[in-house]
Amino acid sequence: MSKKQHYTLTVNGTEEEVLAEPRELLIYTLRERLNITGPHIGCETSHCGACTVTIDGKSVKSCTMFVAQADGKEITTIEGLGGPDALHPLQQAFKEHHGLQCGYCTPGMITRAAKLLEENPNPTEEEIRFGMSGNICRCTGYQNIVKSIQAAAAEMNASKEAAE
Amino acid sequence: MIPAAFQYYRPKDMAGVLAILAEHGDDARVMAGGHSLIPMMKLRMAEVPHLIDLQEVGGLSGISIDDRITIGAMTTQAELIDNDALAQAAPILREAALQIADPQIRYMGTVGGNLANGDPGNDMPGLMQCLNATFTVVGPDGERSLAARDFYEAAYMTGREDNEVLTAISFARPQGGHAYEKQKRKIGDYATAAAAVQITKSDGSCAGASIAMTNLSDTPVFSEAAGAALAGTSVDTSAVKAAVAAMLADIDPVEDNRGPIAFKRHVAGVILARAIERAWSRA
Ligand SMILES: Cc1cc2nc3c(=O)[nH]c(=O)nc-3n(C[C@H](O)[C@H](O)[C@H](O)COP(=O)(O)OP(=O)(O)OC[C@H]3O[C@@H](n4cnc5c(N)ncnc54)[C@H](O)[C@@H]3O)c2cc1C
Ligand code: FES
Ligand code: FES
Repeated sequence: MSKKQHYTLTVNGTEEEVLAEPRELLIYTLRERLNITGPHIGCETSHCGACTVTIDGKSVKSCTMFVAQADGKEITTIEGLGGPDALHPLQQAFKEHHGLQCGYCTPGMITRAAKLLEENPNPTEEEIRFGMSGNICRCTGYQNIVKSIQAAAAEMNASKEAAE
Repeated sequence: MIPAAFQYYRPKDMAGVLAILAEHGDDARVMAGGHSLIPMMKLRMAEVPHLIDLQEVGGLSGISIDDRITIGAMTTQAELIDNDALAQAAPILREAALQIADPQIRYMGTVGGNLANGDPGNDMPGLMQCLNATFTVVGPDGERSLAARDFYEAAYMTGREDNEVLTAISFARPQGGHAYEKQKRKIGDYATAAAAVQITKSDGSCAGASIAMTNLSDTPVFSEAAGAALAGTSVDTSAVKAAVAAMLADIDPVEDNRGPIAFKRHVAGVILARAIERAWSRA
């Protein structure tokens, strides 16, 4: 065992102090120490994307980062995008367009999709499929995930225009 | 999956990195994006008692474009893809980087980590051999330069000493047409076979060609003979066949979960022929 250390993470806007060994994977820190259970563990081998969070503006598989690396960083999880009282347009669109079945991949999907739409607010279907290729879904066949992201993009662009 | 315990360091400059490497020798190792090293540590195939995170070390990232192009070792694949000036000056880099792993991994994985790792499956080493790149490393005795074409000795064995850190990669602005062609089983997979090709044209015939192959030996394979087979030809079917034959004499694939040797040799030939055709059409 190496000694536990204090780390400071800003998660969904709240500064959190944790005491953990440096080797702890960030996904465990989030889920088990901070009780932020939106990000899931699917494969634990950097393949499925269920654990995706946003760290300092990058989509990251949090099973492939040590808590020590995340010290001092800003982290956004699905909980930070929206909740039952105020759904994020992506959450709303996944709900309306059947973008999920079992829902296991969904937090990672939506967190990744939010970053994708931030970088490319008007993606083509091909760009969506390529931009989402780090996230695996066992249920939907992806078709409705793509539709949901397209619908959310349209909705977000429309409300941006309305605001201008 | 819990890696063996380690002591974590996040030094702010290279002197700090070198001091930790000097103090702990083989027990210390640098980490860039961690997307090759962390999976190995989780599987306990790598044990790193002293882990040196390079994320805050200054002067290791950034791309500068002149007659020579220089890329800092900590530049991520995503930064490389996003750089429009680089895509203009050396389009093969974006083409190759877009075929590496998936978006999440490209935000974290660095050019330097991909090159220093020494895994024959990594795509950047063959690419850098095609571009005849030079690697700059710094160690206790200062800086030295190593040619990409001489750097890879065997799987995970490179010309870099354990107490040296890769700081930058540079190469002459490539000329002519390019292609990075990769066969993989799915997005996020390493190559079954990949080919990096740069070709120059003059008066309708090939003035010169540079060809390197990925994941077809325990190191990347720069095939000088394959390039020579194209030089002076009109890159017609027989020239492409000759280049493929020359390349096949240089590779040495092994059987694994990507297929038996005969299959890999077949795929290597198909991929190289495609890459040559595409590079030539752009020359
Ligand atoms: C699911 C998955 C799919 C992938 N698919 C591909 C693929 O198709 N093609 C491909 O090329 N790669 C692939 N990768 C690997 C990925 O591109 C890695 O990020 C990359 O190989 C290593 O970069 P890194 O910055 O993460 O290095 P790290 O993991 O941090 O380091 C890798 C090694 O290099 C050493 N090192 C790192 N930086 C330096 C330096 N500056 N000086 C000296 N030594 C250094 C480390 O000590 C370590 O031994 C994949 C990874 C995953 C997880
Ligand atoms: S749990 Fe992290 S990628 Fe699958
Ligand atoms: S909805 Fe079940 S894994 Fe995607």
